[in-house]
Amino acid sequence: MKQKLMATALAAAMVAGPALADLTVVDTSYRTGPYAANGIPFSDGYQDYFTLLNERDGGIGGEKINLVECETGYNTEKGVECYEATKGEGGGALVYQPLSTGITYQLIPKATADGIPLHTMGYGRTSAKNGAVFKWVFNYPANYWDGASHAITHILNENGGDISGRKIALVYHNSAYGKEPIRTLEELSKKHGFELTLLPVDHPGQEQKSQWLQIRREKPDNVIMWGWGVMNQVAIQEAVNIRFPMDQFIGIWWSGSENDVKAAGDKADGYKALAFHNLGDDYPVYDDIQEYVVDSGNAAGAGDQIGTVLYNRGMYAAMLAAEAIKTAQEMHGTATINAAQMRDGMENLEMTEEKMAALGLPNFGPEFSVSCENHGGNGFGAVSQWNAEAGEFELITDYYQSDQEIISMLVAEDSAAFAAENGIEPGC
Amino acid sequence: MPDQLIFAMEVFLNGLMAGVLYALVALGFVLIFKASGIFNFAQGVLALFAALTLVGIMDGQVPFSHLINAVFGTDIHHFGWHVPALAAILLTMVVMVALAWAVNHFIFRHLVGQEPIILFMATIGLAYFLEGFGDIMWGADIKKLDVGLPQGINTVIDEVTYGIFGYGFFIDNLDLWATFVAALLVIALVIFAQYSKHGRAMRAVADDHQAALSVGVSLNFIWVMVWSLAGFVALVAGIMWGTKSGVQFSLSLIALKALPVLMLGGFTSIPGAIVGGLIIGVGEKLFEFAIGPMVGGATENWFAYVLALLFLVFRPQGLFGEKIIERV
Repeated sequence: MKQKLMATALAAAMVAGPALADLTVVDTSYRTGPYAANGIPFSDGYQDYFTLLNERDGGIGGEKINLVECETGYNTEKGVECYEATKGEGGGALVYQPLSTGITYQLIPKATADGIPLHTMGYGRTSAKNGAVFKWVFNYPANYWDGASHAITHILNENGGDISGRKIALVYHNSAYGKEPIRTLEELSKKHGFELTLLPVDHPGQEQKSQWLQIRREKPDNVIMWGWGVMNQVAIQEAVNIRFPMDQFIGIWWSGSENDVKAAGDKADGYKALAFHNLGDDYPVYDDIQEYVVDSGNAAGAGDQIGTVLYNRGMYAAMLAAEAIKTAQEMHGTATINAAQMRDGMENLEMTEEKMAALGLPNFGPEFSVSCENHGGNGFGAVSQWNAEAGEFELITDYYQSDQEIISMLVAEDSAAFAAENGIEPGC
Repeated sequence: MPDQLIFAMEVFLNGLMAGVLYALVALGFVLIFKASGIFNFAQGVLALFAALTLVGIMDGQVPFSHLINAVFGTDIHHFGWHVPALAAILLTMVVMVALAWAVNHFIFRHLVGQEPIILFMATIGLAYFLEGFGDIMWGADIKKLDVGLPQGINTVIDEVTYGIFGYGFFIDNLDLWATFVAALLVIALVIFAQYSKHGRAMRAVADDHQAALSVGVSLNFIWVMVWSLAGFVALVAGIMWGTKSGVQFSLSLIALKALPVLMLGGFTSIPGAIVGGLIIGVGEKLFEFAIGPMVGGATENWFAYVLALLFLVFRPQGLFGEKIIERV
């Protein structure tokens, strides 16, 4: 009887368990809770791209991708639980995309100890750009401080290169995430001579009357927003209410999805948001996703998010992970790479226009390269604008580089402090 | 008149309006606590569920469409009709009454006589269930809610105050409507509680369950009625907050704004919820205006909870709450 049970259990494990040789990628998603509306399209895009590679190409380098989804609810504790529960899946997870700055901060020491790379694309700890200190963390192609600089550069470009004496307000979520751009903006304020006003908003941001009354009284020329979730919708609605000019209102890329302008409707027309990838669904890869993923019933969600800002971002993250896997496979001459080899692939990733065009994503993201010293890419970004009539965000600028003089100084300073605190000897 | 004083007047008025919105949420807590002694952790989720249902009905959305499509391989999402706001509000109320019946029938009927902490924990479970149920039923996307309430600056107030002070006050039309509706709601609830047969029965149940039962009051009926009323108040709160931010799952977090109001006004007083809301609204806005810039801002939540804490220390029953004296 005991032998029968063991045999049955073994057979079940062989049928149900993932093949050890698979390339395991974990999607720490949030499809429930207050931020689900943003988590769903990102996760759909992330998963659909890997499903496309499995269905169309038979995986990467002949190896299927074993996609493991774990629900975090955008909750830091649950995110850490997900990491611990899934890091050993299918012979070991290759990479994590935590999609939360809070979860990222908790995972940095764990992933570093475990030797599993994190990709925190456009979020997380900004100074992780310094790969000499943060060996296992990557935040290409752009980070928060790049974003702050992109916003100021855009205002500079709109005003003939002179913004001295101009009043710029930062409306931000009163959390570690929301405070990220402050130091950069302060440095840029000294450099360009604009007056910076800081307006923190309490979590979750449903009530912002005080901040917008202050904006109405003090009449800043521009407002920059660092929000997430309901804070974005309320801020845009309040800006509409006080008749703040929408084209002078710029959100970070996490404040620039269709969800954010929905509540304000047509009146949000002209609202701007930063972007580090292109928008819309007019790319050849989407035809393949439709054919191999959606029409064949393999889509991660309902298939109704394709082409939205956050779906594109999730798909872009998956594409960058897949390209890093390919790079690692080429470097190490094996299709069945491990997490350490994945890290090498990420550290040697080079995204060129030719490569993106060949993937069916021409001009989808900026060109960039990663190195041991630079885990954050080249700091290129663009500005998008909400076109209410068309019902979509559109890129209105080319990709341009952030102020590297200031960003490099801040990254060096912050990463050196982290290295000193944690006894890390920087080096490549 | 100094500019700062004029600005403070504008902040004061906006604080009153914000307070009304807080009070709308607090009212639902008070109704249920008053009648059953249950601190309803699910009140915020009730507002979310009501607003989701309202938008779903208005937009002709097929409930559980994602589930139906996943199970049966169909591709249905909408019925193809649009229901007028008033009819949708009435239909939503029918859903909320059905929910009240279900809550009582499946949960609280079985918990009569249990300790308050057990009842409170049951409402925590209810909150999680309802949030997931609402997600499966209506989807997690953000929905625009437009029941025809005007939004944006009230130009009359703007012009009048500009004429007087040389500075036009900003008052949101939606907040004015919320104040009007809240006033009507409170008057109706007070009249109902004081002068109607069922209202008196509700108060009798609140005073003593067993005594009310002994004179023929149906506990089940009263609890269903009270949860229905709380559902109605939640719907009103959901409409007001949902119009501002879109209907989304963060709506359930508005309960956080009601807690200090309840501590201040008392858990058992309908006027207390209103007065508490106004004090919190005005207090936090004026504090943010006057002190916020000196300490880095974002003081509103802090102020509300510190004020509530002070009341807990010096007047634990709140401004209008009943002082419970237990003889031993």
